[in-house]
Amino acid sequence: MSITNGPMPDDATGLRKTSRLGALLQRSEAARGFTLLSPTLFIMAVGILVPIGILVVMSFWTQVGFGFDTTATTANYQMAAERPIYGALLRRSLWMSGMATMATVILSYPMAYFVAFHVHRNKMMWIVLITLPFWTSYLLRVFAWKVVLGYHGVINSALMNLGLIEAPLEFLLYSQSAVVITLAHAWAAFAILPMYVSLEKIDKSLLEAATDLGDGPIARFLRITLPLSLPGVISASLLIFIPTTGDYITPTLLGGPDGAMIGNLIQKQFGAINNWPMGAALSIILMLSIGAIAVSFMLIANFVRKRIS
Amino acid sequence: MTQNDAFISIQNVNKYFGKFHAINDVSIDIKHGEFFSLLGSSGCGKTTLLRMLAGFENPTSGEIYIDGQPMSGVPPHHRPVNMVFQSYAIFPHLNVRDNIAYGLRKQKLPRAQRDALVDEMLDLIKLPDYGDHKANQLSGGQRQRIALARSLILRPKVLLLDEPLGALDKQLREQMQLELRALQKTVGITFVFVTHDQEEALTLSDRMAVMSNGRDLQVDTPTRLYESPINREVASFIGTMNFFDGRVKALTNGGAEIEAVGLGNLCTSNIPPNLKPGQSVCVAIRPEKLSLSRDAQSGFNQVKGRLDNAAYLGERSHYYVSIEGVSKPVAVSVQNRQRANGNGENQCPVWLSWEDNAFVVLGNG
Ligand SMILES: Nc1ncnc2c1ncn2[C@@H]1O[C@H](COP(=O)(O)OP(=O)(O)OP(=O)(O)O)[C@@H](O)[C@H]1O
Ligand SMILES: [Mg+2]
Repeated sequence: MSITNGPMPDDATGLRKTSRLGALLQRSEAARGFTLLSPTLFIMAVGILVPIGILVVMSFWTQVGFGFDTTATTANYQMAAERPIYGALLRRSLWMSGMATMATVILSYPMAYFVAFHVHRNKMMWIVLITLPFWTSYLLRVFAWKVVLGYHGVINSALMNLGLIEAPLEFLLYSQSAVVITLAHAWAAFAILPMYVSLEKIDKSLLEAATDLGDGPIARFLRITLPLSLPGVISASLLIFIPTTGDYITPTLLGGPDGAMIGNLIQKQFGAINNWPMGAALSIILMLSIGAIAVSFMLIANFVRKRIS
Repeated sequence: MTQNDAFISIQNVNKYFGKFHAINDVSIDIKHGEFFSLLGSSGCGKTTLLRMLAGFENPTSGEIYIDGQPMSGVPPHHRPVNMVFQSYAIFPHLNVRDNIAYGLRKQKLPRAQRDALVDEMLDLIKLPDYGDHKANQLSGGQRQRIALARSLILRPKVLLLDEPLGALDKQLREQMQLELRALQKTVGITFVFVTHDQEEALTLSDRMAVMSNGRDLQVDTPTRLYESPINREVASFIGTMNFFDGRVKALTNGGAEIEAVGLGNLCTSNIPPNLKPGQSVCVAIRPEKLSLSRDAQSGFNQVKGRLDNAAYLGERSHYYVSIEGVSKPVAVSVQNRQRANGNGENQCPVWLSWEDNAFVVLGNG
């Protein structure tokens, strides 16, 4: 490669152009990054930004019969702020999916930890086994939980046969706890994998060094393993929290009246109620709330990581 | 050696990794406050032995005593030892200060006192302005020094060092050697120091062990290891050595007369025990114990040879002289008092001479 900066002694202009472009790419890391990203960027732009754009625009419209009044108005947002049912549903959704996220992460962390540190052979097989239940359809798994938690389901029949309870436990099905349990199970694989990856990456000699410097197993876990696996915990949390907040299948099938979430309402706006602009406005509000929570979560996690070290 | 004056006592320790015999019946006693080095080629088991002292590996058989206590079943964080890892093992999520102060947390010192200790360490390792740097913004040598400081700050009874100066340049290395040695003397820490740099081991250690293939070949002071190695393997591992085949002609008062191939008769008192007349042996001599001259000297043990070639080593040169009947050219070390000027004197005849007792008779180990 030439090391001079002047024009290259090339007659073929085409060649010169490509080599200039090549030089630009060589020089600017950002340019190279964008080149690599461009296919993804294109799909993201078309597949995500366009629908969101449509959603944003539509949220300022008004439904008139089966058509739209396209004059811009913030009436939908005002209504969302004023009618308590919207706020209540949103808060409940965030709460329930927050609980589901926490339950998933707390239950999955030990599994990821076990595979990362105590399995020495066939790690991949363990990972596959752990994700095996997730090869069946989401709907099927939700129904399975219905069978387990139901009025005459596995748990209730077992407890009744054992004589531990007289009548079936009613809170098991059609409640918030049913939704949280089902979500936690349904998304476990998405929690285990990122946490496994970040635990697996931890250099074992760091753990030995911590032990050598006087840490027992618990201190070592809190001071080394946990902080170093925090990126995995954060991505697992976000990966579960974001999609579960808007979920509507599980609450529909298992939630009952108490377990309904904002996703159910949005679905109804686009379906039975037939008020698309309201549905769009609610979707935007949901997205913004999730975004705000995700950002503050990351900030807090960062802060905590600095503190515990 | 008696067990009571040994601070660390390694007794008949064996270690297998599966079928691989990594440590083969090693017994070493290390005294309190001693600077003890483990020297050996790569893969001979130095790190494994150190890890057994620290508690990260368990001996397959045998026992290790530290301060009189048997160590089997004692976990690493309850042993009175600290280790500086060969791979440094610097905590990547902490800055330099927090790395160094890591082990202090248990002592619950007031913050000011803790900071003062850390500052002292940062000065010692010559990184006073690096306290707030992230661990991943450091060079290998800087990491190594932080790993050292992190253990030193705890003032353990025993400090295990796994090639702690390997990544440093010569100057910094010598400085750190001096610091380490001074610190070790003032604080009275027992050092077990792994290195494959023989010069480092010779200058620093009170005593050292030469290891090979999981076995301890010889445990002795640097002087004795250098001057009276017990066998050919030790002799060739430390420094350069010329070997000759020979036969014991007679045993004299405290010494022996040897008939060596190519050299004729020579007398030495550096002999292994149980030497018998008529026994064939190997005799050895260091290059600096031979002198080189153009003409025959009178009244000396000497032999005639032919100058083969020379290697310039800075403050001295090694000349290689072939002697009739000896297969390998003999290395002779000569101080470069004058400016060295090429080696255009190849093939010229020279005389090699030595003093009595310059030769060592090696056992058949
Ligand atoms: N965990 C292990 N499993 C299997 N074999 C091992 C293990 N650890 C070490 N060994 C083997 O034991 C031998 C000694 O290793 P060790 O790390 O003690 O060498 P060393 O003397 O420290 O070498 P170096 O100077 O290169 O650091 C090597 O042959 C190595 O392959
Ligand atoms: Mg080693």
